[in-house]
Amino acid sequence: MIRVILPPHLRTLAHVGSEVTIEVDGPVTQRSVLDALETRYPMLRGTIRDHVTQQRRPFLRFFACEQDLSHEPPDAPLPDAVASGKEPFVVLGAIAGG
Amino acid sequence: MSRVRVLAGTRKGAFILTSDGKREQWDVSGPHFAGWELYHLKGSPVDPNRIYASQTSGWFGQLIQRSDDGGKTWHQPGTPPGEKPASGPPKAVSNKFVYDTSTETGKPLTTHQFYDGTQHPWEFKRVWHLEPSLTDPDTVYAGVEDAALFRSTDGGQNWHELSGLRGHGTGPKWQPGAGGMCLHTIILDPSDPKRIFIAISAAGAFRTDDGGATWKPINKGLYSQYIPNPTAEIGHCVHHVAMNPTRPRVLFMQKHWDVMRSDDAGDSWTEVSGNLPTDFGFVIDVHAHEPETIYVVPIKSDGEHYVMDGKLRVYRSRTGGNEWEALTKGLPQSNCYVNVLRDAMAVDSLDKCGVYFGTTGGQVYCSADAGDNWNPIVRDLPAVLSVEVQTLA
Repeated sequence: MIRVILPPHLRTLAHVGSEVTIEVDGPVTQRSVLDALETRYPMLRGTIRDHVTQQRRPFLRFFACEQDLSHEPPDAPLPDAVASGKEPFVVLGAIAGG
Repeated sequence: MSRVRVLAGTRKGAFILTSDGKREQWDVSGPHFAGWELYHLKGSPVDPNRIYASQTSGWFGQLIQRSDDGGKTWHQPGTPPGEKPASGPPKAVSNKFVYDTSTETGKPLTTHQFYDGTQHPWEFKRVWHLEPSLTDPDTVYAGVEDAALFRSTDGGQNWHELSGLRGHGTGPKWQPGAGGMCLHTIILDPSDPKRIFIAISAAGAFRTDDGGATWKPINKGLYSQYIPNPTAEIGHCVHHVAMNPTRPRVLFMQKHWDVMRSDDAGDSWTEVSGNLPTDFGFVIDVHAHEPETIYVVPIKSDGEHYVMDGKLRVYRSRTGGNEWEALTKGLPQSNCYVNVLRDAMAVDSLDKCGVYFGTTGGQVYCSADAGDNWNPIVRDLPAVLSVEVQTLA
């Protein structure tokens, strides 16, 4: 099971707590984790990745194991600690604006 | 007894304000969707419990929310409440607005002018305005940025572009206003189901007479000194257009400078600014029962988006323009520097027509007597983006 931490507004949208766990079949990558997340919580579609381009929204970043993975290819394997469930995959919203 | 329900969209959520026909004591519900920009909420004229909302944010994009119980509870139409698909993508994606470029029904995705005069690709950003059908609660139109018109016929679950507007030929000449290239006004003609009026900042006003398949610009008579050809067919920054349903051929327009009037469904316009202290502004609306009584809120200038002289004044004309009177009772007349955004005024249809508007300072004002006297419903909301009102039996 993969652990995912969501920003507050998306927790509210999905009616979940700060951390959710999802099951991912196959390689654990940004794409497969987000696909599984959006399958489980369809109200999140389009909020993390653009509907059409599937690009990460500019005001969101991806972190895991104290690394910024935002610019990694979406199909690159996530760290083993994420795949094993030891560490969460973090979706973080920018604190800019107000 | 009749009741009214005011739907206020703000920069940090939506608020629903309800009262009886006296419009003196108000219940305030909200913030709904706290922290998000609620650009617009509007109820179906057919089923007043059906309300659509545009929830948007620079972080997370566009969501469409729908209520079927008058705003008590909300859900995204594409995701059945309480249900999670077992696998695969959801069957409906109510937040997905994709320009139609299909060969069957679409138009090629061209470019439009950008702020610096270069050509810029068409990119969806948000829904500015939702206009429910006059006859079907499941049909609703959406005006979006970058300017285009979408329609849903399944209660907001799926959206399809009426691409004839974006693709009718003048698109490359459209340019954004400061707030973006937005389709902010949608007026459905109650006398002709195939006629729709829309307005875009900063392309101008357009009309379809065939249900959205084809469109024509309706800007003859508009004068905009800041564009290369001040009387061009395209390129005027129309801020809002209003119509009284009993007179579907008569339209009133608040432009980036100038208040205008058309008596021929937009085929031609004449200026009716008259004695207004300034004719810059955003809102315009028409009395529910007096088609020649119109309201504007003059804003100092295009460089200073706040009311003049520190005074919040609504101006009313009972002659369809040209002759205006200031309405000030109950409105602050000193040290007031708020703006009133284009979708932030509405009227109810009670016997003494109620007029409502919201400010960027977070106030929502109500007049229960067509503007003679005003009272704040609420004073300290986040900046108000839009106001609509439902008259409930």
